[in-house]
Amino acid sequence: MGIGRSYSIALVGLNGYIVEVEADIGQTLPNFVILGLPDASLNEAKERIRSAAQNSGIPLSRRKITANLIPASLPKRGSGFDLAITMAVLRAADDIRDIGGTVFIAELGLDGRLRPVRGILPAVMAAVHAGYPDIVVADANAVEASLVPGAKVRGYKTLARLAFDFGADPKDLALDYNPTDPDTPDEEGDVPAAVPDLSDVSGQGEARRALEVAAAGGHHMLLTGPPGAGKTMLAERLPGLLPDLADTAAMEVTAIRSLAAVRSSTVRLVRRPPFENPHHSATAAAIIGGGSGLPRPGAASRAHRGVLFLDEAPEYERRVLDALRQPLESGELVIHRSAGTAAYPARFQLILAANPCPCGKASGKGMDCSCTAMMRRRYFGRISGPLLDRVDIQLQVERVSLADFGHAGEEEDSRVVAKRVLAARKRQLERLVAMGLETNSQVPGRTLRGELRLPPGTTRILDTALERGALTARGYDRVLRLAWTLADLGHSDTPDIDHIGQALSLRQAAAAT
Amino acid sequence: MRAKDLLGRNGEALAAEFLENQGMRIVDRNWRCPDGEIDIVAIEGDTLVVAEVKTRKSLDYGHPFEAVDAAKLARLHRLSSLWCREHDLNAARRRIDVISVVDNGVSEPQLDHLRGVG
Repeated sequence: MGIGRSYSIALVGLNGYIVEVEADIGQTLPNFVILGLPDASLNEAKERIRSAAQNSGIPLSRRKITANLIPASLPKRGSGFDLAITMAVLRAADDIRDIGGTVFIAELGLDGRLRPVRGILPAVMAAVHAGYPDIVVADANAVEASLVPGAKVRGYKTLARLAFDFGADPKDLALDYNPTDPDTPDEEGDVPAAVPDLSDVSGQGEARRALEVAAAGGHHMLLTGPPGAGKTMLAERLPGLLPDLADTAAMEVTAIRSLAAVRSSTVRLVRRPPFENPHHSATAAAIIGGGSGLPRPGAASRAHRGVLFLDEAPEYERRVLDALRQPLESGELVIHRSAGTAAYPARFQLILAANPCPCGKASGKGMDCSCTAMMRRRYFGRISGPLLDRVDIQLQVERVSLADFGHAGEEEDSRVVAKRVLAARKRQLERLVAMGLETNSQVPGRTLRGELRLPPGTTRILDTALERGALTARGYDRVLRLAWTLADLGHSDTPDIDHIGQALSLRQAAAAT
Repeated sequence: MRAKDLLGRNGEALAAEFLENQGMRIVDRNWRCPDGEIDIVAIEGDTLVVAEVKTRKSLDYGHPFEAVDAAKLARLHRLSSLWCREHDLNAARRRIDVISVVDNGVSEPQLDHLRGVG
């Protein structure tokens, strides 16, 4: 009798904090109290724990049980604390041996089985980071938990088995109980859907080239063009050109997926960059994250290290679009709600698509367009200047001509382009890694005009344009970034006049702006 | 006498014996008044102990302790005052204990004692 102690993890956003669970058994009438800011689902743990322990053959003490979750000021939610509380209580009753620094993360079923919980990957990452590598989870979560390097994960199916391994008296334990878990992750569901191939796009040489540059340098892109020009088709093919995610990035993406998942467990790291394609009626909460209680990640965070595609961009609410400026700047979304503040990573590549005007016909000579000049201007005005300022590539896509249309399937496929993209990324990394950067799109203007300064002969057209007022200072930097990416794609060590020229054409402002 | 009453009576006898072995002096048993009944009244040092005995055959319907709720405790407090008034005794300290007896009629009965629960 006395005090029992165990550990678990509380997740606030993607950040996990070690929670110490202490349990005390008092010499008074039976009762069960949980202290330390539990939410409703955590308070229900009392009934789950009592039944689970009873049905596992290791009933809880018939005394007053007090479980305290420390630090008390941190809000705790969900069912993942069930197991840690149970183990602390069993330890307090001297039913099991000392637990040491083991971290327990699992929900209990009434029959005594361990059930998987969401967000196990970020939780285990936090535990290992905090110096608690010994982790016990539900069997169905074991594979996901083991993805974290350095974690010593043990998965159990039932409380009885776990208690036995912690020295409980095997006499009454329900060790034979072996539930079949309906939550077992099926591996096939985790294989990402096939990404469409670039060879499906006929013609569109300029757009294909722009897409390749965007992929190589991680540049944000705006596609304008009439309906049917293939804007959506092009954007959907961008993820197929991007290289596989490196370990850290893959871990971040998998952690977000683990938290946002409807399915309760993941079995492997997500290696392909995600692609998020929200509908233009989406609210700010859907895009940047939110919800009652502690905020959940939105589309922008689910697109972390991947592509966020906003089709019909001017149709989005202006405040939704402007909410993206924070993550574009810092790569992170900090969301405040009554229950607390959550920070989610959101370093995505933004692809915007827009019609040239509300009726969509103002391309080419624009003869069929029925929109007034005012309507057109207002339409694009919804995409605010500060947002457009961060978009390096602004491209007009025209309808495909009959001549090109016949040659479908004869174009380069994604694999060939992806190989060039990968080579270009390697060159960027070699040059930029010392500055802590990865892609040309991240290079600040100061560096472009400082360490990476080009000879005046090369930048002459830009300098002239700047002097004439045809190019803003920010536009000047964007052209330089693109030029570097073009040079990387062309295996040159520095951009030359030709690259600058191409870069200028890629950021040609869309007609209506 | 019905079986459940017999079980209760046996339990109370066991509990009284148990308390005596703990060094308490039993001063009254099954004291009744219109408000209810006190199973055991005992004295330990300068403390008057009012003990409630709960006896069960098995744990199938929950532990005997779980049957003692807040209303029961409140009634025991009231009864202890009434007992003191009737016996013209002003105890310096009063305490309520609960004793559980699990007696399946086959093996040795299991006693459990909680001191000062309310």
